[in-house]
Amino acid sequence: METKSRNLFLIPYAFWILLFVIAPVMLVVFFSFRGLDGGFTLENWTHFFTSTYFQLTLSSFWYAFLITFFALIISYPTALILTKTKHKQLWLLLIIVPSWINILLKVYAFLGIFGTYGPVNALLNTMGISSQQILFTDFSFVFVSVYIFIPFMILPIFNALDKLNPTLVDASRDLGASSWETFRQVIFPLTARGVKAGCQLVFIPALSLFMITRLIAGNQVITLGTAIEQHFLVTQDWGMGSTIAVFLIAVMAVIMFLTGDRKRGLANEKNV
Amino acid sequence: MKKTFNWPAVYLAFVFVILYAPIFYLMVYSFNSGGTMYGFESFTWDYYIEVFQDTRLLIIVLNTVIIALLSSLISTVIGVFGALAITYVKRQRNKNTLLSLNNVLIVSPDVIIGASLLILFTFIGIRLGFTSVLLAHIAFSVPIVVIMVLPKLQEMSPTLIDAARDLGASRLDVLTKVILPYITPGIFAGFFMALTYSLDDFAVTFFVTGNGFTTLSVEIYSLARQGISLQINALSTLIFLVTLVLVMGYYFISKKSGAGLGMGVPK
Repeated sequence: METKSRNLFLIPYAFWILLFVIAPVMLVVFFSFRGLDGGFTLENWTHFFTSTYFQLTLSSFWYAFLITFFALIISYPTALILTKTKHKQLWLLLIIVPSWINILLKVYAFLGIFGTYGPVNALLNTMGISSQQILFTDFSFVFVSVYIFIPFMILPIFNALDKLNPTLVDASRDLGASSWETFRQVIFPLTARGVKAGCQLVFIPALSLFMITRLIAGNQVITLGTAIEQHFLVTQDWGMGSTIAVFLIAVMAVIMFLTGDRKRGLANEKNV
Repeated sequence: MKKTFNWPAVYLAFVFVILYAPIFYLMVYSFNSGGTMYGFESFTWDYYIEVFQDTRLLIIVLNTVIIALLSSLISTVIGVFGALAITYVKRQRNKNTLLSLNNVLIVSPDVIIGASLLILFTFIGIRLGFTSVLLAHIAFSVPIVVIMVLPKLQEMSPTLIDAARDLGASRLDVLTKVILPYITPGIFAGFFMALTYSLDDFAVTFFVTGNGFTTLSVEIYSLARQGISLQINALSTLIFLVTLVLVMGYYFISKKSGAGLGMGVPK
């Protein structure tokens, strides 16, 4: 009797898993071995590992690394200070609110801010520097991405810091460690899990978001995500697009394997 | 004491200014009669009036809301079934397999979800448009609902079910009168989360939307690609206000249910 009702629950859900999880993944893998003529081919993959795509992959990784690095540098101190404020949950909420606003709108704002007559160039002019081309450069791409990802980096680090037992810090100080030593030997290692979760939340989207590159960087920066979008929606070469997608999935799996399971990151995130 | 407090406060203030400046910049210039995002001329409501008179835009907003409501309703039903199924699966290994399959779409980047669903819809012959967008939104909302409902089911004491069964309740009674009322807060949280994900989604929709059908994010993207138009600014001010109301609503619900506050992860 119990088995019967259990099976009934499983039917719609199993159908969803089959149709929207297993089938799409298999189709992407299938298409990555499909040539433009529809036959089986390894051409996409050999093409992928030639110079142009290899360079594209490397630069995409380099940008994602830069974005993650700067986001971390800015977010860790912020999270540390936040945990010491009086109404920390309220302040944290204020950090989260911007992340609820559609990314497109925030990116769009920078079209004005970084524009030729925008406030940043106005500031440069008052300092005696002539107007610069800021939009459509790799600088603007990295800056806007870091801006977008900061809340996602702060949140897991904040959670890790918040769970840190303060007596450990006191003990370290009592035993004669300087505040830098305490940070390096006690606080940072104990919050490494939050840092990893944050890096995961930033690095993978930084590889794959295509609207920031399209709107802010023009054709200066092409990431893996932009390349996939290009192949699927512009050049209609689904085989090549699928190949890059499969590669991105593999990279994602490796990153998740290296930085521990992502579920923990999500669990952290939910505990705000 | 004073000396140790000052720098952190300055730093924090700096971070907050950076986080909020672009948003307020957008909102302020939505009132600029000059029509540009620099050199504020004088105050005007023109762009708001334009937004409300633009029937095409209003239809797009309506589309977006309908897609969001429908997809989150359907995915809430499927997601609750999924959470129940995962809870009732006895063998730990099967449970873990189901959970991993569930999380695939949560961790996958939007580009990959969009691209693979585009292949899927073309492959099985679903025309791109309302149906494909709705199906795609259901696809990525289901696991979110499962994740929000599952903790509620796990914290529920099995003695409650045993008691109901001992008192003569049928299995259906147990489900509708014991389990569902208990997990209702989780269901609401899941529904709300699915709603915000659907409203916020750009990349997946962009892939599967085809030509005739558009949602708000896709429309904003195509407008923004053509350059600056203060109609977008007015629109974003309105969206910001709606978002604030939604966030507060969600915060209120999650406080009651104890499910906690999440946020839209860009994937």
